[in-house]
Amino acid sequence: MLKVENAIVRYGAIEALHAISFEVNQGEVVALLGANGAGKSTTLRMLSGLHSAWSGSVTFEGVDITNEKAHDMVSRGIGLVPEGRRIFPQMTVEENLEMGAFARSGSFHDEIEEQYAKFPILKERRKQLGANLSGGEQQMLAISRALMGKPRLLLLDEPSMGLAPMIIEQIFEIIGQIREAGTTVFVVEQNATQALQIADRGYVMENGKIVFSDSAKNLLVDPRVRAVYLGESA
Amino acid sequence: MKSLLTNKWLKSFGITATLMVIICFMTGPSGSNTDPVAGFSGSLFNSAPFLGLFITRRWVVFLLFALIAFVVQQGWQAYGRQVKVRYAKVMATPRELKSKRPVRLGTYGALLLLALLLPHLVTDPFWQVAMVQQIAVYVLLALGLNVVVGFAGLLDLGFVAFYAIGAYATAWVVGSLPLPPLFGHALNNFWAIPIAILIAMAAGIILGTPTLRLRGDYLAIVTLGFGEIITLFANNLNGITGGPQGSRIIPHFHLSLGPLKYVWGNGPIPYYYLILGFLILFLVGFSFLEHSRVGRTWTAIREDEVAAESLGINPLKYKVMAFAIGAASAGFSGVMTASQQNFVFPTTFSLFFSINILVLVIFGGLGSIRGVVFGAIVVQTITMYLLHSPPSGYQPADLYMYIGAMLVGMMIFRPAGLLPATRRKREIVQLREEAQ
Ligand SMILES: Nc1ncnc2c1ncn2[C@@H]1O[C@H](COP(=O)(O)OP(=O)(O)OP(=O)(O)O)[C@@H](O)[C@H]1O
Ligand SMILES: [Mg+2]
Repeated sequence: MLKVENAIVRYGAIEALHAISFEVNQGEVVALLGANGAGKSTTLRMLSGLHSAWSGSVTFEGVDITNEKAHDMVSRGIGLVPEGRRIFPQMTVEENLEMGAFARSGSFHDEIEEQYAKFPILKERRKQLGANLSGGEQQMLAISRALMGKPRLLLLDEPSMGLAPMIIEQIFEIIGQIREAGTTVFVVEQNATQALQIADRGYVMENGKIVFSDSAKNLLVDPRVRAVYLGESA
Repeated sequence: MKSLLTNKWLKSFGITATLMVIICFMTGPSGSNTDPVAGFSGSLFNSAPFLGLFITRRWVVFLLFALIAFVVQQGWQAYGRQVKVRYAKVMATPRELKSKRPVRLGTYGALLLLALLLPHLVTDPFWQVAMVQQIAVYVLLALGLNVVVGFAGLLDLGFVAFYAIGAYATAWVVGSLPLPPLFGHALNNFWAIPIAILIAMAAGIILGTPTLRLRGDYLAIVTLGFGEIITLFANNLNGITGGPQGSRIIPHFHLSLGPLKYVWGNGPIPYYYLILGFLILFLVGFSFLEHSRVGRTWTAIREDEVAAESLGINPLKYKVMAFAIGAASAGFSGVMTASQQNFVFPTTFSLFFSINILVLVIFGGLGSIRGVVFGAIVVQTITMYLLHSPPSGYQPADLYMYIGAMLVGMMIFRPAGLLPATRRKREIVQLREEAQ
C-alpha cells in the first residue's frame, strides 16, 4: 500500500533521514520505534507531505506521491495525527471535527455521529473548547478528527505521549479498533511495549536510519529492542 | 531588596508611574535653543491644575494620576479574576447555545436608524465632511483590513497601497489622469467601482501569492515595502499618475437613468448615504463570510497552520483569498474618496495611513466586525474632535502620541479590543496564561 524507497530528508544542510526504505501493507498495523531525535516525526512529516523528500520516492497505492503537497494528502487517502495532537484550541470539539471533514464535500453530520459513537466522551464534551480538554481527550479528538477525512492509511505520531498508563491502553485499544474497521495504521512510538502489542510488524530507527525490522512478536523479545526501548539490560 | 523588586504591586505601580512620567514629558513644554532644559524642568516643575481641584507642580499632578490609574487597574484586575472564575465554571460544563437574535436585530435596527438620521442631527459643516471623509470611509477600510489581520491573522502594513490603487484606478477610468482612460473615453464613476475592485484584487493576488508563504514579521516587512513602492510610483510616474501634482479634477458620481438624473455633488451628505448603503452591504457580506466555511478555515489556519494543512487545507489559497478581499474593500474605499474629494494626491497615501487603519482595527477588536466599526468611529471621532476644537496646549503633531497612549491603555485594560470577538478574546487570554 505504502512504499518508501531510499528516502533522504534534509533540514537545510542537516540530513535527518539517510536513505530509508520501508513498506506498509494493506490492513496492517506497523510500528516505527526509535529514541528521541531518531527521525520518527521527520518520517511522518515526509509521508504526510509537510516536508518533502530530498531524494528517493514514496508510493501510495501505486501512485508516486513523493512531491505531493500536504493539503492534497487527505484526498489521496492519508490521514495524519500530528505529534503533540495539535487540536485547534479555541474551537469546540464539534468544530474541530468539522474541520476534519474539510477535504470532503457533502454532509458530514452522519460521520460526526459515527465518531461520537466511537468516542462517547467527545459527545459529552462537544461544546467544550479544545484547549480545555484533558490530554487523553485531546488525543482522542485528534484521532477522531483525522478519521473524519476517511483515510485509508492513518499516520499516528506518538499517540501515547504524556498520557497516563490507563489512557494509553485505551488509545491503543482504539487503534486496534480502527484497524478492525479496515484502516491501515502506521504508528510512531517510543512506548515500544504498547505499540508492539497491537502491531503486526515494526521498524527500529536510530540516527535517521532504519537499523532493523521484524514481526512485532519477535521484536517484543528481541534483546536489542528490549535493551534500548524496554529499559532492560540485554 | 529582591522581594521588593519582585513585589507584584510595586511592579505594577512602577509600570503605571513610568507611563505617566512619559506622558508628563510628552505633554510638557519643549526645550529651545535659549533654554535647552525647559522640556525637562518645565515638564516636571511647571504648575498645573489637578482635575480642576487645586493647582500644584506637574510632577505631583502626574503622580496623583498614576495613583488613580493604579487603583483603577487593581480594581479592574480583581474584577477580571472574578470573571475568570465564573468563566471557568461555565466552561467546565458543556455550553448551551443561547439565541439572543431578536435583541440583536433590535439593536442593529436602532443603530441603522441612527445612522440614517445622523446627517440631520449633526449640522456642523465640519462634522458633516468629517463623517464622510474621515469616519465612513475609514470604517470601510478598517472592515477590509479586519478580514486580513483579524480573520486570517496576517499582519499587513501596506494596506494603503490598495486604497491608492483604487483611487488612481478611479481617476483613470473617469479620464482624469495623464494616462488615457481605460476604454479610450471617460466613463461614469460607477464603472470605476468594479474596475477599481478588480485591479486592487489583482494587485492583492499578485503581491500575496509569493509573499504569503512568509510568516509573521517577514510578511509585515514585505507589505510595508509594497505600500511604499505604490506611493513612490504615484509620486514619480508623472506621465501616468500626474506625479506630485496629482490627478486632474475627478467628477462626482452621477446617475442618469432615463428621467432619473442625480449628481452627488452638493455637500457631503449624498455621499454619506451612498457610502452607508455600500457599508451595509459590506457588513452583511463580511458577517456571512466570518461564519462561513471560509471564515472557519481562516480561524483554523490562524490557530494551527500545520494542523490545518494536515486536514487538507491549503493555507496559501485561503490567505491569498483574505488578502484579495481586503484589497477589494480598500480599492472600493479608494473610489469613494477619489470621487468625493475630486482629486487624487500621492501624499495622501503614506505609511501613517496604513498604521492608522491598523490602529482602528486593533482598538476595536481584531476579528470582531462590530468592534472594528465601533473602534473606527470612536478613534476617528476623537481624532477629528482634536482637530476641530483642540484643547489648550494641544499641537496637531501630538495626535499620534495620544493615539499611542490610548492604545497602551487599551492593551492594559482591554487587550482584545473595545468589543472583542469571542474567539479572539479567548486566544489572547490563553496566550497571556501561557506567558505567565
Ligand atoms: N525543523 C527542523 N530543522 C532542523 N532540524 C530538525 C528539524 N526538525 C527536526 N530536526 C532534527 O532532525 C532529527 C530528527 O528529528 P525528529 O523530530 O524526526 O525526531 P523524533 O524521532 O520524532 O524524536 P522525538 O521522539 O523526540 O519526537 C533531530 O536531530 C532533529 O534535531
Ligand atoms: Mg517526534
